[in-house]
Amino acid sequence: MSNGVWIIAEQREGKLKKVSFELLTIGRKLASKIGEPLAAILLGYEVEKLAETLDGYGADKIFVCDDEALKNYSNEGYTKVIVDLAKAHQPSILLGGATAQGKDLLPRVAARMQTGLASDCVGLEINQEGHLVAKRPMYAGKVLVDAITPEARPQMAALRPNVLEVEKTDEPKKAEIEKVKVEVKPDDLRAVIKEVVKTAGEKVDLIEGLVIVFGGRGMKSGENFKILEELASALGEGVAVGASRSAVDSGFAPHDIQVGQTGKVVNPTLYIACGISGAIQHLAGMRTSKCIVAINKDPEAPIFQVADYGIVADLFTAVPLLTEEIKKLKEQD
Amino acid sequence: MNIVVCMKQVPDTETKIKINPEGRGIVTEGIKYVMNPYDEYAVEEALKLKEKFGGTVTIVCMGPSRATEAIRTALAMGADDAIHLNDPAFEGSDSVTTAKILAKAIRDLKYDLILAGKQAVDFDCSQVFACLAEILDLPYASVVTGLEVEEDQKSATVKRETEGGIQEIIEINLPAVIAAQKGLNEPRYASLPGIMKAKKKPIKEMNLAALGMDANEVGEEGSKLKTMNYSLPPERKAGKKIEGEPKEIVAQLVTLLHVEAKLV
Repeated sequence: MSNGVWIIAEQREGKLKKVSFELLTIGRKLASKIGEPLAAILLGYEVEKLAETLDGYGADKIFVCDDEALKNYSNEGYTKVIVDLAKAHQPSILLGGATAQGKDLLPRVAARMQTGLASDCVGLEINQEGHLVAKRPMYAGKVLVDAITPEARPQMAALRPNVLEVEKTDEPKKAEIEKVKVEVKPDDLRAVIKEVVKTAGEKVDLIEGLVIVFGGRGMKSGENFKILEELASALGEGVAVGASRSAVDSGFAPHDIQVGQTGKVVNPTLYIACGISGAIQHLAGMRTSKCIVAINKDPEAPIFQVADYGIVADLFTAVPLLTEEIKKLKEQD
Repeated sequence: MNIVVCMKQVPDTETKIKINPEGRGIVTEGIKYVMNPYDEYAVEEALKLKEKFGGTVTIVCMGPSRATEAIRTALAMGADDAIHLNDPAFEGSDSVTTAKILAKAIRDLKYDLILAGKQAVDFDCSQVFACLAEILDLPYASVVTGLEVEEDQKSATVKRETEGGIQEIIEINLPAVIAAQKGLNEPRYASLPGIMKAKKKPIKEMNLAALGMDANEVGEEGSKLKTMNYSLPPERKAGKKIEGEPKEIVAQLVTLLHVEAKLV
C-alpha cells in the first residue's frame, strides 16, 4: 500500500493552528522518504479559504470537509469524516497534533481503524523497513521510547506542538483541492458543544508559547503573579505565564496553567522560572525548553542544576528589574 | 445511578525512573506505587454523584497483583466494589488493546456513566478512554473540569478544558465516558472507618479466561503499537550561575539573552 502521508490540519474559529504547518513540514519529509504523496485534511464550516493558506507547504492534495455539522468540533463527527476518508484512500501514515483537540480525537480514530497511535511525539522518522518510528516521552519526559506500528495501517502519531520548525517550500502552490461530501447529521452526535467560554481574556496557549514566564511557590500570592504578567508583556507577543503545582495548590494560579507531571508539558524557546525550587515532577514538564533562566534567592535550589542562566536574587527585586531592562532593550531596537 | 470508575496504579510522581537492562521497560524495584492522580478526581466525582442520586460505584482496574492496594484505597474512599483485571498476559498491551480488555469487563455491567482520569502519569498516552468510548459506542468527553448530571440522569453538561484559557461547555448523552482533569473536585481522604470497611468489600479478580479472551488478542502480541528502545533524555547541564548586586546581574542576564542566546 502506498497511498500517502496524511496530516489532519487543525483550525479553531477559522484560524489555523501553527501545529498544522509543523505537521505539513514533517509530513513532507516522511512522504519524500517513502516516495508517497502528502495530503492534508481540513475539517470545519466555511473553512474552504483556509485550504489556500495550507498550500505551499508541500501538500499534493487537500481534502476539504466543509459542513455545518462540523462547525463545532466533536470527536464523534470528526472521527466519522476522517475514518470514512481514510478507509476509502488507505493512507500509510496519518498524523495529527497533540493538542486538546488532537488528544481527544485521534485515539477514537485509531480505535475505529484498529491501528496503533503514538501519543505526544517529539520526533518522527522512517526506519530501514520503511516504518514510521515515533519518538515519544513517557513518565512526563523522564524516559523516551520509540513506538512502531509494523503491520496495521495507517500508522498514526500525534505530534507535540512547538517541537519541530515550520519550513515552507520554494515550489509554487500545487495542491489539488478536493471537496469531500460530509455524511454527518447533527442528530448523530451525542456530545455537542453548547458554548465556548474564554476565561480572563484570551491567553497564549502554554503548549504553543515560545516564551514562558513561570512562577512557583516563591511567588507567595496570586496577586504577585502580576509582576510575571508585566514581564511577559514586556517580552512581547506570544509569551505565556505558567505556574508550578505548589503555586496552583496554594491557590496562587488556576490549574489550567500548571506545568509539570500532573500539568502541562511545555517546550518553549525561553523558560524563565521565578521562585521555583525545581522538584522532579516540575523539571519533567519543562526539561526540553531550549533556554532556561532561573531566578531564585536560594543558591542551592535544584533548578540551578538545569538552568542555562541562574540568577541568585530575590525574585521580587529581580523580576521588576528584568522587566525594566527588557523594556529598555526593546526601545533601543 | 450506577457508575464505573476505571483506575490505574502508577509510580508516584516523585519516582526517579531507571531503565531496565533490556531497554524495554523500567526498573520496578523500589518504586512506590499510588493511585493515578487523575483517577482520584474520577473516584471523588463518582462518590459525589452517588451521594446525590444513589446507586453504586464500581472500580475497574487492570494491573498486576500489587494494584490491589490502589483498589483498596478507592474502596476506602467509598466505592462499593471492584473488578481487578489481573493476568500476566495483559502486560505490554497498547491503549487500544487495554480499552478492549476494559470493555470486555464493563460491557456486562449495568452502568449509567464511566469515569476515568484524563491520563495515566506513567505512559502518558491519554488514549484509553477515547478508545473505550469507541469500542462501547458511547459519547466521550475528556479533560473535564465540571460535571452536572441532569435530574433525569439521561444527560449531563460538562466543562472541558482546552488551550489558551478556552473552555468548551458540552451537552452529553448518558451513558458516556468522561475523563477527569485536575480542578473537577477536591478528592477526599479515606477515613479510618472507610479503611476498615474497605477490607470487607468485594474485589472480583478476572483473568484472560474469565474475560473469554485469547492470549494473542492481548498484551504485546495483541497490540498494534510496539514500544521499544527505552532511553533517558539527555541530561541538561548547569549553565552560568550569576551572583552579585541584583541590578548588575539582571543587566548581565539581559545582555547574555540578547547577545549570546539571541532570545530577546
